[in-house]
Amino acid sequence: MSKIASNRSVLDPRKASPFPIAALPALRNPQLRKNVAHAIDVIQSKRARLVVEKADWQELRSAASAIRSQALENLGKYLEEFEARCTAAGGKVHWAADASEARKIILDLLREEKATEVVKIKTMTSAEIQLNPALETAGVSVFETDLAELILQLGDEDPSHIVVPALHVNRSQVREIFARKMGLKNLSDDPKELTNAARNYLRRKFLTVPTAISGANFLIAETGSVAIVESEGNGRMCLTLPRTLITLAGIEKVLPRFQDLEVMLQVLARSATGERMNPYTSLWTGVTPGDGPQRFHVVLLDNGRSSMLARPVMRQTLKCIRCAACMNTCPVYRQTGGHAYGSVYPGPIGAIFTPQLMQMKHAQSLPFASSLCGACYEVCPVKINIPEVLLELRSQAVNQERKQVLRVFDPLYLGLRVANLLFAKAERFHAAQRLGRIGLWFFTRKDGWIHALPSVGAKWTQTRDLRGLPRQSFRDWWAAREKEAK
Amino acid sequence: MDKLRFFKYHSSSVWPPPATGADMRASLFITCYNDTLFPETGRAVVRLLERLGVDLEFHPKQTCCGQMHANTGFRGEAFSQARRFVQLYQDVETVVIPSSSCVAMIREQYPTLFQELGDEQLRQDFAALLPRIYELSEFLIDRMGVEDVGAYFPHRVVYHASCHGLRVLHLGDRPYWLLAKVRGLELVPARNADRCCGFGGTFSVKNAEVSSAMLAAKLQDIVSTRAEYCTALDNSCLMHLGGAMHRQYVGMKTIHLAQILAATEESPAEVTL
Repeated sequence: MSKIASNRSVLDPRKASPFPIAALPALRNPQLRKNVAHAIDVIQSKRARLVVEKADWQELRSAASAIRSQALENLGKYLEEFEARCTAAGGKVHWAADASEARKIILDLLREEKATEVVKIKTMTSAEIQLNPALETAGVSVFETDLAELILQLGDEDPSHIVVPALHVNRSQVREIFARKMGLKNLSDDPKELTNAARNYLRRKFLTVPTAISGANFLIAETGSVAIVESEGNGRMCLTLPRTLITLAGIEKVLPRFQDLEVMLQVLARSATGERMNPYTSLWTGVTPGDGPQRFHVVLLDNGRSSMLARPVMRQTLKCIRCAACMNTCPVYRQTGGHAYGSVYPGPIGAIFTPQLMQMKHAQSLPFASSLCGACYEVCPVKINIPEVLLELRSQAVNQERKQVLRVFDPLYLGLRVANLLFAKAERFHAAQRLGRIGLWFFTRKDGWIHALPSVGAKWTQTRDLRGLPRQSFRDWWAAREKEAK
Repeated sequence: MDKLRFFKYHSSSVWPPPATGADMRASLFITCYNDTLFPETGRAVVRLLERLGVDLEFHPKQTCCGQMHANTGFRGEAFSQARRFVQLYQDVETVVIPSSSCVAMIREQYPTLFQELGDEQLRQDFAALLPRIYELSEFLIDRMGVEDVGAYFPHRVVYHASCHGLRVLHLGDRPYWLLAKVRGLELVPARNADRCCGFGGTFSVKNAEVSSAMLAAKLQDIVSTRAEYCTALDNSCLMHLGGAMHRQYVGMKTIHLAQILAATEESPAEVTL
């Protein structure tokens, strides 16, 4: 099996191609299409079964949504509460305004520890701030310990899903990557053997590397605790064996009360992996003498998040608990997989989260990467109205476009501006219908259908025909009928 | 009361639903693309509702609901069309619209537009008009209380549940109740019936390739039913599906549900080309 082409660095929204272009290689990749469809079908059907068995599923969603909203509406208060409780329990809380500050804080902490190696678990946020390259540059070796993340790291690949990040990689490719990077010449592609290879590799790291970096699923204000949910147990080892633990978390991850976990864990496991409960839920509060890491740091990352808080329509984006149900049900993600979104956050949630993280300076094509079918909103366990946010961001993108002089050369932009003038008066619209009939006559074949159009119309006719304009519009027919009746 | 009627009544917005269409008046909003590209759908709505005794009018000043502009990010433009709609229809008894996505636009997006950009008067006028706006199947079932409209369409048919009808209007089983009562019609289910066809308005040209991939998947599910016709309550999805059916010679045609419901033994459905 051939080596997977390196996809590194495509997930930087500042450098990524616009979505329609980035999607092309994915659309023509049969292995990717098959893997994505298979993986999300499996998760989706498991989720559907578990949702049906919960008679109060809609109430659970409402509760989860209310908890997340409450946290965000009083974010400052809950974060300070978290800081106070966590500090009282022996942790140390750091505040990072942006990615570079977060990287600096973590690098300084590692220098203090004189760390040359770190093990990592469950942190997409570290990919958001491009932490790994910064650590490598500073001479710190990074070992991802989540199995899928390990595969990606060794294979020099980027994640394409937020819960099953290596879903685009095949078993035989995993075998090839492990054989090459772990020096195991006789490795077969038997899942058991592959798991054992990973286990041997990782156990050595867990036992020897004294410093760990983790993400967080939830921060609990009331107790100052941090929660991580996972399936493999590698996280549990990462969180308990090292001497020092650094947790990187977005400021939106906070929950007001400990009992909120009762709701959040129910909706998260069902939505994310289609399980009643995930196999490992780790909860810890500060440090416990003689048990687990003796130095514990939390880095709270803003990086654009607080700018989403002002307006409720945008704020709801931050309710996200990263379950990926939206991408599993999304008909667009189903075709393209995750890399096309050019961000560590793909799918519908990525299409609204990434442009906002970039303050709409990058990734403006993402809000348009949706047919607005609404399937994401329907499954979202915290009721984020993703189509509503997409529309808001589209409006912001168009407002930016209005300021550009060259926009008049965009036929779609021009067409929509002209259409607006036509729709303003029925007489104009009526005249345009008649003019259109004449204009399209040239393109209309004898069978009454249009097979090829120029310019933006070609985007339609490249895969579909278009019916030519009928001789009589409805309004003409109605007018003729009225006349006849008189 | 049998189960079906129980659910029907409890999902209906008017209680109790009136028995017939007699003495009922309705104003048609045919919407821009139906007016221009699919006049046969509007004609079918007229035939159908007049047969049921509804007194119809058509306001010649109507143009567009603003959905295309709103969904592409042109909020200001969408707002002026939305204001036009409200001013045009605020005095009519009932508005009937044979396009589920246009009704979804009106119901879901107008309130936001008016709140953000409009004056209080417009918001109030719209709030008063909103309960009188019906999508065609809602009008038949919720307002008129009919399922059997006396239609005859002796063909194998698959129904495509358009996303906005399904998830914004929550039309639910209404189209199936209507189709079930059409004489001669054989209704066949499609796999993945709740999945989008990939049209999405300007999405189909802005992301033409992804849209085409979604269309290819949808077409597979629909064509494998071996139906003769694919029907829906939204000609925009049907334009997308029908365009691909025509391009690929799959031997299936699209037809708006109104045209099936208007068809009788004496005057069969007007089928597009």
